[in-house]
Amino acid sequence: MNRVVVVGAGPAGMAAARAAAATGVEVVLVDSAQGLGGQYHRRAPESLGGNEIPPIPGVRHLAATTVWALEPVPGGHRLHLRTGPADAPGRQATVLDTAALVLATGAYDRALPFPGWDLPGVFTAGAAQALAKGQKVAVGSRVLLAGTGPFLLPVAESLIGVGARVLGVLEANIPVGGWLRDPLALLAGRAKAAELARYVTMLARHRVPFRPRTTVIAAHGTDRVTEVTTARLTADWRVRPGSERRVPVDAVCVGFGFTPQLELAVAAGCRLAGEFVEVNEAQATSVAGVFAAGEITGIGGADLSEAEGVLAGLAAARLLGGQGETPRRAIAAVRAGRRFAAALDRAHPVRAGWQSWLAEDTLICRCEEVDYGALCRAVRDRDAIGVRSLKLVSRVGLGACQGRTCGRNAADLVGGLDPAGLARRPIAAPVRLGELATTPVHPNERDTS
Amino acid sequence: MVVSVAYSDVVVVGAGVVGAACAEALSAAGSTVTVLDRGAPASGTTAAGEGNILVSDKGPGAELELARASRSRWPELLAELREELGPALADVEWEPKGGVVVATSAESAAPLAEFAAAQRAVGVDARQVTPAEAAELEPHLTPRVVTAVHYPEDAQLQPVLAATTLLAAVRHRGGQVRAGVAALGVERGANGAVSGVRTSEGVLPCGAVVNACGPWAGAFAEAAGAPIAVLPRRGMVLVTGPLPKTVWHKVYDADYVGAVTSGEAGVQTSTVIESTGAGTVLIGSSRQLVGLDETMRVEVLRELARKAVALFPVLAGVPVLRAYGGFRPYAPDHLPVIGADPRLPGLWHATGHEGAGIGLAAATGRLIAELVTGRPTHVDAEPFRVDRPGVLL
Repeated sequence: MNRVVVVGAGPAGMAAARAAAATGVEVVLVDSAQGLGGQYHRRAPESLGGNEIPPIPGVRHLAATTVWALEPVPGGHRLHLRTGPADAPGRQATVLDTAALVLATGAYDRALPFPGWDLPGVFTAGAAQALAKGQKVAVGSRVLLAGTGPFLLPVAESLIGVGARVLGVLEANIPVGGWLRDPLALLAGRAKAAELARYVTMLARHRVPFRPRTTVIAAHGTDRVTEVTTARLTADWRVRPGSERRVPVDAVCVGFGFTPQLELAVAAGCRLAGEFVEVNEAQATSVAGVFAAGEITGIGGADLSEAEGVLAGLAAARLLGGQGETPRRAIAAVRAGRRFAAALDRAHPVRAGWQSWLAEDTLICRCEEVDYGALCRAVRDRDAIGVRSLKLVSRVGLGACQGRTCGRNAADLVGGLDPAGLARRPIAAPVRLGELATTPVHPNERDTS
Repeated sequence: MVVSVAYSDVVVVGAGVVGAACAEALSAAGSTVTVLDRGAPASGTTAAGEGNILVSDKGPGAELELARASRSRWPELLAELREELGPALADVEWEPKGGVVVATSAESAAPLAEFAAAQRAVGVDARQVTPAEAAELEPHLTPRVVTAVHYPEDAQLQPVLAATTLLAAVRHRGGQVRAGVAALGVERGANGAVSGVRTSEGVLPCGAVVNACGPWAGAFAEAAGAPIAVLPRRGMVLVTGPLPKTVWHKVYDADYVGAVTSGEAGVQTSTVIESTGAGTVLIGSSRQLVGLDETMRVEVLRELARKAVALFPVLAGVPVLRAYGGFRPYAPDHLPVIGADPRLPGLWHATGHEGAGIGLAAATGRLIAELVTGRPTHVDAEPFRVDRPGVLL
């Protein structure tokens, strides 16, 4: 119980673990990947020329370990862990208790559905990025990027880096206007602005057009995508009639912002603010002994995540008697970063007009093959306007991904769904029935399998 | 601003399967009905149920009679609704698949055989089968079966579809279903009887109110000034990923019967395993007395998994995709509460069905409609009366 446990080894989680360990308390860092770094620092294995991130002094790193359940116990929380490759039998089961938990579970990128988005060759920007950085593989040779937000730019750079020809970056909003309207935020994000300028230069050098208020509204092909339809958009993302163009491609990557990975925070009972975890100035959630840092508290990039991680790790350590100096730099960085994040959010919203791109038979939930028509019928004919009733009538979100891909989109389409209800997954990662049957439920118990 | 609100003969509070069945039967009897739910329809206990329509778990007595009436009413009702609403809207994944109750130890074999004999004596189709016959019914069942009973009458439906089909019929007949409207209490007329329901959106004038709030029925009864003892009993269910057909019937361990009828506090689990139309396998069910605490307990899930693997070893390698929980409404004597509140004319209760609400809903709705409209009842309503010992507070 007397230890800080950090879940997630991305920028926020690593910073939290480092800050907590610096105070001398025991720290355990849990992550499902083999190496440190999370999605942001994803890199190729050493065999492909990548470098491992060195271990953090004073931190016990539990690699390849998933937290599949979290429950409250007197004085703190109990994490149920499985270590080993997710699809292999014989994963080792352990139980970890903590009075000071830091959740840094991050976010996954959001794709909006459009006709043909389920064809092979349509990727999320994050998946394309992971393949490029982790495997040195390009998702295609003629690739179009579409979506909203600055994340499309590093993805374009990575794709170019592994030899893809990027035909264009289509930004559904108008970022520059949104930025200039908030000079304070621009100031706060000075470093970020320089980073963006560098990407813009990079695109120009490779003759990659950047088109605002434009997106991909359909993908075409039989076995895989061979062509897409792009269109110019109105301010609320409806298609400007007559602006549709067919573009031959062999891959398309879409990214419309990020969805926080909330199941552990929801299991702990943390209050949400909108769709993110609510935290105070010390990154404490509404639940005693639970802190949150990084993208689950708002989308603001790696620097903000890291600064939040420092605050969360220190606050968690102090709860256990750890001593550390007030992290003035991190406090200032969080303050500036949040202003920048708010401006980012204002400049890159997902606007309601995307719903007009859908056809009756466009899949909303790919796991369970629920199309837009079925979702509308569930609401119209059966009043399925609650999270549970909508799932059970339409089967949206009941498949392998448990609504991680489709939940946010279904929520937009139906309206009024409770974000915590959508993220309630008491089994936070799949576990075999036999594993569950033999799982230890107390720290001194052994896996009996 | 004065809003004119139409008068309803009956306001049903709670749009779960029991409220929906009451509203359907009342509207079929010619009443104008408004159904209220503070949240989304069919999203409480109904959405947490497995859709059991069981006679197998009930010993001779009033609840078994209600269950048998409901078992014969469900297919009839669904056929009527198919005529009225069309096949798509009346589809509730009805499956008269039958149940198999197994005893895996000598200690549970004799009580199971006795229980089945008593059921047979009152007309339940309960067929004692040998382990070999059980293996034919369920090829993946553990070879440790000592004896089993086959109940061909047990059936299953998808509870959210069932409730929303019933509500669609109410609307089709001119009734209203109002989601997101909370019932806060009742208004009384000069004669002391119910004259309206006070809601988060103003007063709805009506002649009668049916309290079908399930585990929250005690709270609404208290708000209405006529408290009753209905408490929540927590349950959890595990759901696997989709599989090729592995489980054919509703299969459960003989100890389920003991857990259903037990009043003990703490955690109890007893295995109920069945596949759904979507190919997933549902594994229930636990019983905990923890109030309305929604916290998930891994210990409970482990017990469910342990017993499921013991009955169907083949399931050990199957991924569990999700777990969900809910609250069953129960009265101290574990019988449903169906009837008039003697203290407040015009207030009716239809709750306390514990884990059997889906199965008992069809007959409960019909019984409420008969009672409210003053017609003879198709089952004896006396055992479910509200003023029995322990229910009135």
